[in-house]
Amino acid sequence: MSHVPRILEVRTKILKKNDELARQMRQEFLRLGVSVVNLVSSPGTGKTELLQRTLHVLLQRGFSVAAVVGDLETDNDARRLARSGAPVRQIQTHGCCHLEAHMVKQHLQGWNLSEISFLFIENIGNLVCPASWDLGESLRVALMSVTEGEDKPLKYPGLFNTADVVVITKTDLAQACEFDRQRALQNIRAVRPGVPVLETSARSGEGIPQWIEFLCQHHHRCHCSHLASARKS
Amino acid sequence: MHELSVAYHLVQLVTQLASQHGGGTVVALHVRLGVLCCVHREALEFCYELAAQGTCAENARLIIEEVPVEVYCSECQQQFQLQNIQKFSCPRCGKPTADIRRGKELELVSVELEDQDPLESKGDEEDSQTQQRVFS
Ligand SMILES: [Zn+2]
Repeated sequence: MSHVPRILEVRTKILKKNDELARQMRQEFLRLGVSVVNLVSSPGTGKTELLQRTLHVLLQRGFSVAAVVGDLETDNDARRLARSGAPVRQIQTHGCCHLEAHMVKQHLQGWNLSEISFLFIENIGNLVCPASWDLGESLRVALMSVTEGEDKPLKYPGLFNTADVVVITKTDLAQACEFDRQRALQNIRAVRPGVPVLETSARSGEGIPQWIEFLCQHHHRCHCSHLASARKS
Repeated sequence: MHELSVAYHLVQLVTQLASQHGGGTVVALHVRLGVLCCVHREALEFCYELAAQGTCAENARLIIEEVPVEVYCSECQQQFQLQNIQKFSCPRCGKPTADIRRGKELELVSVELEDQDPLESKGDEEDSQTQQRVFS
């Protein structure tokens, strides 16, 4: 009877190992009061510029911030970000097109997370691969720049569907590249009804206060409600 | 191509399951891919072969079922299949909906295991089948 195949019904997520680690990390971040923001976009969206400005403003406001930057080969982005004064680490993926939870965890070693309010994760620049990998973040941000055109959300509904917020970047160039704002908003809402959309320019500063406000509100919501429920129990 | 990472996770999961259940050879695995899961079917098939090399799941058939997107409309109180994943709204009343009930799957459904015949080394598949018949 040995050659009658045995069938194991498993119904398990293929990325179970990553998901479980990410869940543990998320609980730990919540316990320590860290808001973890995963930034996902195509290359050239201006993720690093936005992050640079964000770190700067948050530091000025007295928050402690840190960032880990996924990069295929170089450490240019990390070096640029470190100029803000925030602790920055680079995750070199050597060709791997996305970050996984264990890579992030490994690069947090030695940091006192309980002293950090915001941890930013700059994912590898692409709009497909990072979608399936939970990094333990509490906020996933999909970025698209006005220079990329209005159709990005329609081309990548899978990724936009996992976003908690969409940030349009480089709005200072909107006019020059004839960016159709209405159509972009329409497309975002078509693939992700109800998602908040923010419009920013890291260069001119337009929309940055709203973005910072959004982050602060998120931080407050996560950790104050957490503390409240901890007190109750 | 993150399908290679996905394939490695899949092979690891499958080989672990096999050894937990008495070992043997994995002859087939059934996988469900949601249309929104961001994993490309052909790429996964290709990468699976690479990732499974030298494991007990090396020659397994990878059977992939693609799962369409289904959304729930709170207005119609009903679940609908979405034909167009560029427009998340109710196909009946048009109300936008972000309530996705199916279509994000990236899961291993089942594994078919066959006990290894101790007397027979890895040969071509037909040979091993006839041999097994002789032995039974
Ligand atoms: Zn409806």
